[in-house]
Amino acid sequence: MAAPAASARPSKSGIASRLVAWWESHLFALVSSLGRITARPGTSLMTAGVIAVSLALPATLQVSLNSLGQLSGQWDQLNQVSLFLQPGTTGDEADTLAGQLRSRNDVDAVELIDPDQALDEFSRLSGFNQALDALPDNPLPWVLVVTPGPATDGLSRVDLLVSQLGELPQVEFAQFDRQWLTRFQSLLRIGQRTSGVMAVLLGIAVLLIVGNTIRLELQSRRDEIEVSKLLGATDGFVRRPFLYLGLWYGILGGLLAMVLVSAVLLALGGPVARLAETYQSDFRLVGLGLWEPLILVGGGGLTGWLGSWLAAGRQLSRIDPSAKQR
Amino acid sequence: MIRFDTVTMRYAGSREALRELSFEMAAGEMVFLTGHSGAGKSTLLKLVAGLEKATRGTVLFDGANLGRLNRRTLPFHRRQVGMIFQDHRLLHDRSIFDNVALPLLIAGVRRQHLRKRVRGALDRVGLLPRERAFPLDLSGGEQQRVGIARAVVNKPPMLLADEPTGNLDPDLSFEIMQLFADLNSSGLTVLVASHDLHLVRHMKKRALVLEQGRLIDDFRPSAGAV
Repeated sequence: MAAPAASARPSKSGIASRLVAWWESHLFALVSSLGRITARPGTSLMTAGVIAVSLALPATLQVSLNSLGQLSGQWDQLNQVSLFLQPGTTGDEADTLAGQLRSRNDVDAVELIDPDQALDEFSRLSGFNQALDALPDNPLPWVLVVTPGPATDGLSRVDLLVSQLGELPQVEFAQFDRQWLTRFQSLLRIGQRTSGVMAVLLGIAVLLIVGNTIRLELQSRRDEIEVSKLLGATDGFVRRPFLYLGLWYGILGGLLAMVLVSAVLLALGGPVARLAETYQSDFRLVGLGLWEPLILVGGGGLTGWLGSWLAAGRQLSRIDPSAKQR
Repeated sequence: MIRFDTVTMRYAGSREALRELSFEMAAGEMVFLTGHSGAGKSTLLKLVAGLEKATRGTVLFDGANLGRLNRRTLPFHRRQVGMIFQDHRLLHDRSIFDNVALPLLIAGVRRQHLRKRVRGALDRVGLLPRERAFPLDLSGGEQQRVGIARAVVNKPPMLLADEPTGNLDPDLSFEIMQLFADLNSSGLTVLVASHDLHLVRHMKKRALVLEQGRLIDDFRPSAGAV
């Protein structure tokens, strides 16, 4: 009875102590690999810098697209049809047509834009006032801005309204602003897809950069690996410090990428704001949010880990202690 | 402890390094392996350490067939065997303490026990005061003693030494051999390869003599003349 109990006790504490030792060994590898990075700041910074640029490119594109996406969100209410009337239409005629349209049940509101008023606004905002002053006549037509009624929910019915209005004899050209918005959103989606593809390609680049750095590190520490293997180190034990090294490079690259993206946004912010002002928009580039830094640093770390895992896996099996001794 | 059964070992593209070798070595024994260079001493040690595999025949270690070791089980066999090399194979960028601590780190010994055991091993080889030094600060004989401390720190049942005194003068060599004898008398099984016949005779231990891969003599001092 006593014997099994006695043998069970040490094995139980053995597992606990093994777990602690395992944890300690990981902690040691984590800290000592950071020590290796700080021991050669120049080289490490260069590697982390290349990783940072690779991460910053798609991140900057993504952040810019996010800003534009918000812009299109602001415009989502944009649901108006602009009717450009035939040149030579008088104000009275435009007024009459507006009255007729208001009585339709698929029209909510009609706003009249006077050509003189429009020209005034255009010359003020565009800065082309001298060129415009040179024109003998006001080239702008009367414009009716029609807001479709609730009965026209859904794009196809608006399309029908637009084509009906476009066929009116007084109307030269009908433009549904939403089409423009739809195109803008498609362009955004293309941009988003492009940034996704770039992220994947540059992610592979990070993988290769880290892989190559780790390969060189493995070669320079060949002695240590051979001796460790002779002393009974498992592949996992030998690989561990290199995996953490890759992790640190990735994290460092991610942090640097954050700085780079912030700097780019800061540099672009002023000009973009001035451009937006000329369009009477309060559009601003949004900076890094809560998630982007986490994705940058986490993604960087993960790719670094994976890159060194791939490099170490290939390289370690080639380092065989018996070969050198022969 | 060790049993070779008609073991033949041939390296790829060269002659046979060992030919139909059979011998047995009991636990707690101390045995010298001697013969000219190229006689197969290193190869025999490599087979015991699991660094090479026999081409034919079986090598048993504590009843386990070493030919069946794979990538996953091999490291655990190597931890059973403390190895000492002629060129010491110390890591020059680490202190003496860290060199000796390496097998304990590999075996997953907890930090709190590490210090005591490393210092114990260094004390045993008389190098405790030099724990903070680096290998290149030490003499050849001292470096070899660090190698021995590293081999015994994790208390393996078996110690293998390949020409441990190859680079040392006779007095130092005798000192190192005496250290092996001391370790043996505290229960360790010790197998030492050495071409120094004079020294081997002087130690009065069992000696296996190899010539061109064959075992030509199994000399036991208690059974025969000196």
